[in-house]
Amino acid sequence: MNKIMMKGTEAIGEAAIRAGCRLYFGYPITPQSELTEYMARRLPQVEGTFLQAESEVAAVNMIYGASSVGKRVMTSTSSPGFSLMQEGVSYIACAQLPSVFVNVVRGGPGLGDIQPSQGDYFQATKGGGHGDYKLLVLSPSTVQEAADLTGVAFELADKYRNPVLIFADGLLGQMMEPVSFSDKKVSYDNSSWALIGAKNRPARQVTSFNIDPYGLEKMNLELQKKYKLMEENEIRYETTLTEDADILIVAHGTMGRIAKSVVEMARKDGLKVGLFRPITLYPFPYEALRKSAADVSLVLTVEMSSGQMLEDVRLAIAERTRVEFYGRMAGVVPMPLEIYEVLKQKIGRRS
Amino acid sequence: MDYKVAYKMPRSLSGKQFTYCPGCHHGIVHRLIAETIDELDLREKTIIVAPVGCSVFAYEFFDIDGTVAPHGRAPAVATGMKRARPDLTIFTYQGDGDLAAIGTAEMIHAANRGELITTIFINNAIYGMTGGQMAPTTLLGMKTTTSPYGRKAEKEGYPVHVCEIIKELQGVAFLARTKVTTPRDVMTTKKYIKKAFQAQLKGLGYSLVEVLSTCPTNWGLSPEKAIKWLEENMTKEFPLGVYVDKVGDAK
Repeated sequence: MNKIMMKGTEAIGEAAIRAGCRLYFGYPITPQSELTEYMARRLPQVEGTFLQAESEVAAVNMIYGASSVGKRVMTSTSSPGFSLMQEGVSYIACAQLPSVFVNVVRGGPGLGDIQPSQGDYFQATKGGGHGDYKLLVLSPSTVQEAADLTGVAFELADKYRNPVLIFADGLLGQMMEPVSFSDKKVSYDNSSWALIGAKNRPARQVTSFNIDPYGLEKMNLELQKKYKLMEENEIRYETTLTEDADILIVAHGTMGRIAKSVVEMARKDGLKVGLFRPITLYPFPYEALRKSAADVSLVLTVEMSSGQMLEDVRLAIAERTRVEFYGRMAGVVPMPLEIYEVLKQKIGRRS
Repeated sequence: MDYKVAYKMPRSLSGKQFTYCPGCHHGIVHRLIAETIDELDLREKTIIVAPVGCSVFAYEFFDIDGTVAPHGRAPAVATGMKRARPDLTIFTYQGDGDLAAIGTAEMIHAANRGELITTIFINNAIYGMTGGQMAPTTLLGMKTTTSPYGRKAEKEGYPVHVCEIIKELQGVAFLARTKVTTPRDVMTTKKYIKKAFQAQLKGLGYSLVEVLSTCPTNWGLSPEKAIKWLEENMTKEFPLGVYVDKVGDAK
């Protein structure tokens, strides 16, 4: 397989096309407009359809429409734009429409800034819109992984008839790295449920609606059953030097990548530091993290937020091990040396 | 004796009993749409996008595939469907709150793109399902639960004229305002709805038919008086007629 140099956003776009996505609806927003532009350029070359929507609100509903007639479809946006999409995402989750979303997260809250952040973790993993629903959330840490997980996202979306979110940030989106793409032949068939005309069968409805509470509860229970299956089958994570570790760093996405450098620094100094990097943020790898942390004396969670994944880390570890946190907000990216200094301080303060 | 069928339920209606109030015009318009779908032989490839409002169940009353969009977003949902499957016929069914308040942006931009979808727009100057609140098309002086002293221009602005606003958009292929209060009106409305679907089938652009309708329940009038009120008040505010017609008349 040939490797080419590509930006993270563009690699996601190309991987989507290789995964059979021929429809993209989106609205420009920094720092992900390169993905929108890439799709505008590329989709007509493969007889696909690119449409710039009038807003993120319209874009997410175009996704609803295209998915409901059975086609693979995606959109991408950045934090404020993803907030605008939440109503539609909730409808899509309830109507069980496969679709792929990319949130290139930037500093918030509010208009915030356009620098890399992980401050949308709660929104991504705990719902975001109204009602009891979950997105499958994938957090890549390299351009190659972003491309690979995009392919995975389309497969999972169809498999579970569920929206899948690729949780990226401006650093990953703008960074160029060598990347190779899968040439696997793609085929999918959603004709068993899609709205394609009531020919030789009764009319069919795809909705997120049931006025009868018992009926709606039944729909909810179906969703919950699906989420349980995801929790059983789709957990992904990566561990680095955790076997003999005495200290465990937990970080995801770009932060996970930076934390790897911290592990290298610490190991050179003879400190037994390992890294646990969740790849699926939902379902979160609670059990795997618990096992990796079983024999360590300190868990340090590092995020580009005020400590959102930290809550899931604490749920996994409970009171068994001391859990500490370091994070920077608003688009400030913690550097390896900075984190290493914090790590050494935390060790020193151990009572 | 041989009997000839003179009148029957359109194939494209599901037969499910309508949930609309006595004297409401949704039922008449539903039937006209279903007749049109039958006559154009589109039942097996037409998708309805229902709105949020009294007609939220519209997708159950037609015997065709369908969905219900978030409030106001039907034209965006329909756009996604049509772009993904241009071979399907897609129509949205929307009320005045759905189309002319919360969904203004989606409607105007679908119209401006010349999106090959059809919108049937029910304008009864009030929010029905939520219990009679002020709509963007509520007439000046009209009392609703959220304009209890009557709509005032200086406070709530003026009734929104959808046809007049979008008639200048180049993507619009067929646009008309009508009513269904007399048999003649019903025939005219049927003609307009058919033309609107033909605009889509011929790939000419976006089509919209606005139907002035009654809401006896929330207007606080009997069905008969509601028709009279519509004739005397709504037709003055909202002039009837064809605003755009790129379909032309079949020879």
